[in-house]
Amino acid sequence: MADTAHSTTNSTTSGGTGQADGNLVARFFRATEIDTRLLGMIGALLIIWVGFHIMTGGLFLTPRNLWFLSVQTASVAVMATGMVLVIVTRNIDLSVGSILGFTGMIMGVLQAQFLPQVLGFNHPATWAIALAGGLIVGGLIGAFQGAIIAFLNVPSFIVTLGGLLVWRGATWYVTSGQTVAPMDANFRLMGGGADGSIGATWSWIVGILACLAIVAAIINGRRQRKRFHFPRRPIWAEYVLAALGCIIVLGVVSIANDYYWPINIARRYAEANSIPWPESGLFISHGIAVPVLIAIAAGIVMTFIATRLRFGRYVFAIGGNPEAAELAGIKTRWVTVKIFALMGILCAIAAAISTARLNAATNAQGELDELYTIAAAVIGGTSLSGGVGTIAGAMLGALLMQSLQSGMVLLGIDTPFQRIVVGAVLVLAVWLDTVYRAKAK
Amino acid sequence: MTEQTTPLVEMKNISISFGGIHAVENASVDLFPGEVVALLGHNGAGKSTLIKILSGAYRRDEGEILINGEPADIRNPRDAKKYGIETIYQTLAVADNVDAAANLYLGRELRTKWGTLDDVAMEASTREVMGRLNPNFRRFKEPVKALSGGQRQSVAIARAILFDARILIMDEPTAALGPQETAQVGDLIKQLKREGIGIFLISHDIHDVFDLADRVFVMKNGKVVGHARTGDVTKDEVLGMIILGKVPPGASPGPGAMKMA
Ligand SMILES: Nc1ncnc2c1ncn2[C@@H]1O[C@H](COP(=O)(O)OP(=O)(O)OP(=O)(O)O)[C@@H](O)[C@H]1O
Ligand SMILES: [Mg+2]
Repeated sequence: MADTAHSTTNSTTSGGTGQADGNLVARFFRATEIDTRLLGMIGALLIIWVGFHIMTGGLFLTPRNLWFLSVQTASVAVMATGMVLVIVTRNIDLSVGSILGFTGMIMGVLQAQFLPQVLGFNHPATWAIALAGGLIVGGLIGAFQGAIIAFLNVPSFIVTLGGLLVWRGATWYVTSGQTVAPMDANFRLMGGGADGSIGATWSWIVGILACLAIVAAIINGRRQRKRFHFPRRPIWAEYVLAALGCIIVLGVVSIANDYYWPINIARRYAEANSIPWPESGLFISHGIAVPVLIAIAAGIVMTFIATRLRFGRYVFAIGGNPEAAELAGIKTRWVTVKIFALMGILCAIAAAISTARLNAATNAQGELDELYTIAAAVIGGTSLSGGVGTIAGAMLGALLMQSLQSGMVLLGIDTPFQRIVVGAVLVLAVWLDTVYRAKAK
Repeated sequence: MTEQTTPLVEMKNISISFGGIHAVENASVDLFPGEVVALLGHNGAGKSTLIKILSGAYRRDEGEILINGEPADIRNPRDAKKYGIETIYQTLAVADNVDAAANLYLGRELRTKWGTLDDVAMEASTREVMGRLNPNFRRFKEPVKALSGGQRQSVAIARAILFDARILIMDEPTAALGPQETAQVGDLIKQLKREGIGIFLISHDIHDVFDLADRVFVMKNGKVVGHARTGDVTKDEVLGMIILGKVPPGASPGPGAMKMA
């Protein structure tokens, strides 16, 4: 009797430290410390992709479609990274679509109407000044809303619901409802397209740098844990992780490089640079699109903020237990203001991407984006009850939703039905998540 | 040991009410370095509220707080921590969704020279402190919500002793602990006392109180019934103070003492 009890304790302790029993799959995940929830999302994404590929008769998993998918995802993905922090602190931001519209209009007017008068047309600094203007306005709007939430104790749902109406209305007043176009040529690079992509060589360089960063991060993590004699992952798991990371990165790069410029653009380019037109056609790779790079950079920066900085730690602590955070001496109100300011800045970045892509700033820009952004964050595992969420998950959520939409467009499904599907998938995803969480603990 | 030195903490005539309820009324308590003062009283007597005023969680309506004889301006938990006041709250006040190390250092994170969180260093000292407090504790990587009630309590205690407190407030620190861990907290209190730290201990366990405390303050309905050295009164007399508000000869009466007819 005493013996059995003893051996049970033994096996549980050794299981807890990470070796021994369990089947091969469980052991693999434990050793590599891969987030199984994120993996589940990737699995769902792959199923959706393959499903659409089959249903469309091979139109979905083409370099061209995947490239467009990445560009279309960028703007919502950028905002979703901020929405994670908002929702983690048990808040919500319904105003992001309207802030996108407003800051987009500000940037549009700056570069199309105001700056040309001051600097002249096609001034090389136009895009930067316009962008900076948008970022500042976005940050201020966010901080203003955050201050009302934090210091006047008005629920974020109400403040940002008001913001949804106010900033949409304000967008109209900037130009009395007129669409502003065209955008500055440099500014337009942020929207993608043939010019707004970095080409094959740079894409490979970016990919290789990313691989080096992955390897460096793994080595550094291992060294740190060694310094304090903490349990480490088995060495094979480190190799597997490094290899997996690099394969994914380089795979993405090679897909982006497999999408070539459309023939008319390539021909124009050839003529402009007096390159003789080859018989077989001129194949110039798009490479990674600039908006996608912007979104990835936003994701990396936001992940860094959320996991490596004090501010991020406070965000999660507040989400887990606001009272405990306050008692620990955290200035929770200021943290809230900063979160919303950050959200506003991200809205402006998203606005830059979408105005650049459309080559115009319109009144309706970003309409309904708040819902897609919130849905992306929630599908990505951000819990509305607070305290839980990852940036990477939210970005994957954005990609998943965009995949659904793009796939349905390819299938020729009309917009009303698309909405029905997206709505149903949102509910389904959150239900699955609830089931997963109930099982995990 | 008649109190010749200045008290470490003096709370004088403290009152606070919540929407008409006088949670604490005209309460005065004091604490000397190296002393353990127990606060006793029925549920809802106002013990937690009183010490939360000291820890900066609540702001008093009236009264004065002196630290080392000087008026202290405590408006929030940050102010209290500046005076070396650390608190283990009855509700534990831990963030459930982050791990033990993040909770221990919450609000005072260690950072690397680049300004990023130094998680490994924090985990290392967390392992050390928890090793002293609760050697069976292993679950450093898990969010605190995955821990047992007692383990969470250990985390809350560890957090309070991590940063050289001068004044320690413990609001029912052993309520969820097993006998071994309770004994360990008892030893810890004695050790901290030897180091000259002043401790306010709130407990419903009268035996523990007589084991550990030098003096007891008894509260009833927001008022201090009286206080006494543990050597001068019996457990039954203290129970009489708690239940009836009857002050025995060995104790000094306060504003809440039962009026003798
Ligand atoms: N934040 C609050 N808002 C309103 N009333 C409160 C608040 N905090 C405490 N009270 C009231 O103040 C009184 C004293 O509560 P307190 O928590 O100080 O009691 P306690 O002595 O610590 O009791 P226990 O032994 O149960 O912990 C109670 O009547 C309680 O209802
Ligand atoms: Mg209490």
